[in-house]
Amino acid sequence: MTIPDDLRRTPLHEEHIRLGARMVPFAGWQMPVQYAGVMEEARAVRQAVGLFDISHMGRFRVAGSDAEALLQQTTTNDVSALSPGKAQYSLIPNEQGGILDDIIVYRKAPSDFIVVVNASNRDRDLEFFRAHAPSGTSVEDVSDATGMVAVQGPAAQDALQPLTDIELASLPRFGFAEGSVAGRQATICRTGYTGEDGFEVIGAAAHIVELWRALVDAHVVPCGLGARDSLRTEAGYPLYGHEIDETTTPVEAGLMWAVKLDKGSFVGRDAILAAKQAGPSRKLMGLIMEGRALPRQGYSIEAQGEPIGVVTSGAFSATRSIALGMGYVRSDHARNGATVDVVIRGTTHACRLLPKKDLLTATITS
Amino acid sequence: MELPDDLLYTRTHEWVRLDGTTATVGITDHAQCELGDVVYVELPDQGATLERDAVFGTVESVKAVSDLYAPVSGTVAEVNGALADQTELVNQSPYGEGWMVRLTVAPDCDTSHLMSAQEYERYVQESGH
Repeated sequence: MTIPDDLRRTPLHEEHIRLGARMVPFAGWQMPVQYAGVMEEARAVRQAVGLFDISHMGRFRVAGSDAEALLQQTTTNDVSALSPGKAQYSLIPNEQGGILDDIIVYRKAPSDFIVVVNASNRDRDLEFFRAHAPSGTSVEDVSDATGMVAVQGPAAQDALQPLTDIELASLPRFGFAEGSVAGRQATICRTGYTGEDGFEVIGAAAHIVELWRALVDAHVVPCGLGARDSLRTEAGYPLYGHEIDETTTPVEAGLMWAVKLDKGSFVGRDAILAAKQAGPSRKLMGLIMEGRALPRQGYSIEAQGEPIGVVTSGAFSATRSIALGMGYVRSDHARNGATVDVVIRGTTHACRLLPKKDLLTATITS
Repeated sequence: MELPDDLLYTRTHEWVRLDGTTATVGITDHAQCELGDVVYVELPDQGATLERDAVFGTVESVKAVSDLYAPVSGTVAEVNGALADQTELVNQSPYGEGWMVRLTVAPDCDTSHLMSAQEYERYVQESGH
């Protein structure tokens, strides 16, 4: 396939080419979908450590005296509960209670934040924050000046520690610190999108290449978007455009843990509260297939031949060799342990429903 | 790209090995490489009758689903049962252990529409897929 050449390239583009990656268009970017192979890369992350280029994600700096107030108004989680050096998962809501994006908010200092957003929503998110920003609070898009990599897997700390003076063992989950990383200033956060322990590192665009090379030299396995999608699906994490979008509420997506209704007024609060009180008509569930056929986005979910839902994502577990996924299921059918069917190419394939957080440890029979 | 000389090839990236009235069918090295990790293979039942160019199965990778097309007409004599749970054989050994079906074909089985290894190689290069 020929890749359109108007796509953006991350600072690590040349590294991907040199490593023989297969490049694909993704959200306006040229990104590596795989190097050695999706399953081999996913296994490396589950069993050792893998390395991802996530520079395509948007990074905004929100600073100024009203920075906290701006983020309280435009995101669902409680920013006031966030101390400097801590990050939180959050959502950008719309007025209808839908989801414009899912994000990570990092508090560097009382009035200085970094917000990491999905590549596909970068422009819209920036516009949204700026539209709500009071004077004296700036929202700066620092995406192009910086690069970002994820080091993920049970051996992530062992791989990254020799390259930094930050004491990684003392970083809690969602904690971050700034320090020297591969010889230059960077930020390390104990976060990830794989279901494993790991870190995400933000550094200057020019510097991120040195860090990438140092990690590859230390035998950290380069992983593409294919492995990333497989790992996040297996971990039950939502992806914008699949599990969540402007028409899904945090109530049905099972993301109310990231919505703090009692923090005060914010965009979409009344709509989310109403949706919570009404109860969701559908719920996002994990799916474990009995056979190996993959459920894919848009496939129908049925019970005794009656449509009761739709698949949002599917993946094949590299370590357990089972097909799994997520999907929205009508609430009256969304029972843990229930067996339903996914219609794959005209044929029904049995699957079991379970909480999406249990996808990572489930087997076909239990 | 590995392309054994003793096989015949289709434009839909299957290969066929003719041995008397037995035709063994699989997908090419190029096809498995393009698909990536194969995780599911759906094959017909033994005894099924296949018409040339008809869909006889499905091969699914983490990235995509592809139909399998019968290179020649015949009756399914054997399916590769190992692919039920060892789908990686398609990636590791597309012309060997990753074979898919064995067909019983007519003694005068027409193969004039199939490509030689050289012709298939040129086809892949020219079509860019």
